[in-house]
Amino acid sequence: MIEIVSQERCIGCDRCVEVCPTSVFDTGPGGIPVIARVQDCQTCFMCEAYCPVDALFVAPQAEPVEPGSPLRDEAYVTAAGLLGGYRKKIGWGRGRTPGALRAVGPDLPRPTPAPPRKEHR
Amino acid sequence: MTAEVTLLRHADVLVLGGGPAGAWAAIAAAEAGADVVLADKGYCGTSGSAAAGGNNLWYLPPDPALREAAMDAREAIAGRLTERRWMERVIEETYHQIGRLAGWGYPFPVDEGGVERRGSLQGPEYMRRMRRKAHRSGVRILDHHPALELLATPDGTAVGAAGIRRQDGGGRWEVRAGAVVLATGGCAFLSGAFGLDVDTGDGHLMAAELGAELSGMEFSNAYALSPAYGAHTKGLMMQFASYYDEAGRPLELGDMGTARQAVARLLADGRQVLARLDQAPPGLREAMRRSQPNYFLPLDKAGIDPFTQAYPVRLVMEGTVRGTGGLRVVGEDCATTVPGLYAAGDVATRELITGSVSGGGSHNGAWAISSGTWAGAAAAAFATRGEGRARSRPAGRAGLRPHGPATGAAAEVVRAVQDEVLPLDRNYFRTAAGLRRSLTSLDRLWTDVAAHLSGEGRGALRARQAAAMVAHGRWMYRAALARAESRGMHQRLDRPEADPRLARRIHVGGLDEVWTAPEEPKEAVA
Ligand SMILES: Cc1cc2nc3c(=O)[nH]c(=O)nc-3n(C[C@H](O)[C@H](O)[C@H](O)COP(=O)(O)OP(=O)(O)OC[C@H]3O[C@@H](n4cnc5c(N)ncnc54)[C@H](O)[C@@H]3O)c2cc1C
Ligand code: SF4
Ligand code: SF4
Repeated sequence: MIEIVSQERCIGCDRCVEVCPTSVFDTGPGGIPVIARVQDCQTCFMCEAYCPVDALFVAPQAEPVEPGSPLRDEAYVTAAGLLGGYRKKIGWGRGRTPGALRAVGPDLPRPTPAPPRKEHR
Repeated sequence: MTAEVTLLRHADVLVLGGGPAGAWAAIAAAEAGADVVLADKGYCGTSGSAAAGGNNLWYLPPDPALREAAMDAREAIAGRLTERRWMERVIEETYHQIGRLAGWGYPFPVDEGGVERRGSLQGPEYMRRMRRKAHRSGVRILDHHPALELLATPDGTAVGAAGIRRQDGGGRWEVRAGAVVLATGGCAFLSGAFGLDVDTGDGHLMAAELGAELSGMEFSNAYALSPAYGAHTKGLMMQFASYYDEAGRPLELGDMGTARQAVARLLADGRQVLARLDQAPPGLREAMRRSQPNYFLPLDKAGIDPFTQAYPVRLVMEGTVRGTGGLRVVGEDCATTVPGLYAAGDVATRELITGSVSGGGSHNGAWAISSGTWAGAAAAAFATRGEGRARSRPAGRAGLRPHGPATGAAAEVVRAVQDEVLPLDRNYFRTAAGLRRSLTSLDRLWTDVAAHLSGEGRGALRARQAAAMVAHGRWMYRAALARAESRGMHQRLDRPEADPRLARRIHVGGLDEVWTAPEEPKEAVA
């Protein structure tokens, strides 16, 4: 779930309002978006990918984290390098290499779905 | 739905949904000379399962032996419901279109041998490029414009759609068009699976209101593993997993196919199951991280190293997203049974190329590209014939225009559907008795929804989504009851074997009355 909009970093571009597929954010009165419908967050990390200044943090939990959780603590999350983490991982942003370019996966055995059932003929 | 029309547009082709299927359809229609509008519930570029999850593709170079082998391999597990001709077409079209995507600048990786690897697409990068290409092709994109209903002529031809402007005060939009491509994705029942809460089966409901038929809806119970606390259902890396019980004792679960079922059984029984990527050779781990950041990041954020720490898992419902059922297509151009209405991607049945087993690991993404391209081109051709454009009426009913006093609450309906469709014991492990019990509840729910459910503004979307989920659940379980056997992902505890007489597709349709009909078997090919 989306947990943090960094008041310090946000430049009020409203990109997150636009790109969030489930429209979790509203534009905020002071220019900084507000998390208006947290229950609609589907933990997809897309807002993190698009925020140009790494001001967002989406916790990996499918429910909001406990009030005391470090994942709500901007100082902790920033220090851990997790603000805007998805953008970093996919290599978006100035001076980064697109992650897609480096995504040479290991040759994997093809995912095998459940084996076919025997058919008596 | 009473809101005033605050946005009215005309187009040759209207595409509903801006995931890969919708984007490819819009581009193909525009390239065929059509004036195209694409409306998405969310944002074309981030919305839908491919943007969130990424896609490995059924991507095969034009080497006949390789392609034959790939088709043979799928046929061997697909429950005899596929058609070779469709497989060939999808492989060829996907290969061709991925070549074009490379030309548009998608940064495909190059391996150590200097070979460009085009078989895998990273979600955000892929869909950002698709949006850009659609835009440059002249497609007019409407983000946050969910469609709620189709517009139809008196004789039932689809000639547009209407919905709400979610971020502009919730007013009504209407697009009048010469043809419509539905590309609204599958239905994951708002299970929370990452990226899938936009996929609520709206397109299936809209189409069914014009009499469209569906097929393969019994293959609708895809579930995928995620960390127990989360919703990230990336499956590829689980090939390297070993599983443990709550005491840390290794579970002997057999090969991958049977392992999944054994894990499901344990979870359904309320046991805890932990996973660890023990089988990943240390030399590969860095490459694994680079190739699937959306598997690793949610674990990193939770402070878990999956190579050394076992973490608890759960199974999250993905319904017809990584299932195979959907709208029945009746021609090679992905026409539905409704004139002027085409289906592409997960909203359409994928049985033709992946049968009774999930196409989620490569087939579905290839299908989205191919079916999107065909549907877009065909819709453009249909539109130039100009059969529509006459008087039209809005076709939406349940959840939109209740025939009784509006009293329903969408959230309660959603919960009631989820109670029937999410639990492993009801939907992964099916029995005739259980299916009948669920159908009794869902049928009653439908009657209620049709009579009373509606909403205003954003609430109109919630109500309509809830109605679509009820309809989806009823088709799913009616088809599951009709398929009195086990085949592929459809597992009936009371009929554990496959029945050769049922090696055929099952059609389903209807709203107030749901019907099923087995497809006439094709004449056996010697
Ligand atoms: C975790 C995960 C991993 C996957 N990995 C693979 C893989 O490796 N290989 C593979 O082949 N397949 C994979 N798949 C499946 C693949 O992603 C889908 O088959 C593919 O994305 C289907 O494309 P689509 O455009 O039909 O649907 P989607 O990508 O789901 O897009 C549907 C779009 O329709 C929009 N929409 C919905 N309702 C409305 C409405 N009422 N009005 C307007 N717009 C609407 C949504 O906002 C969304 O943008 C995976 C799926 C998941 C969930
Ligand atoms: S994680 Fe996804 S759903 Fe949640 S706020 Fe960000 S973009 Fe929206
Ligand atoms: S995208 Fe980032 S910078 Fe822009 S408004 Fe959102 S949080 Fe602020």
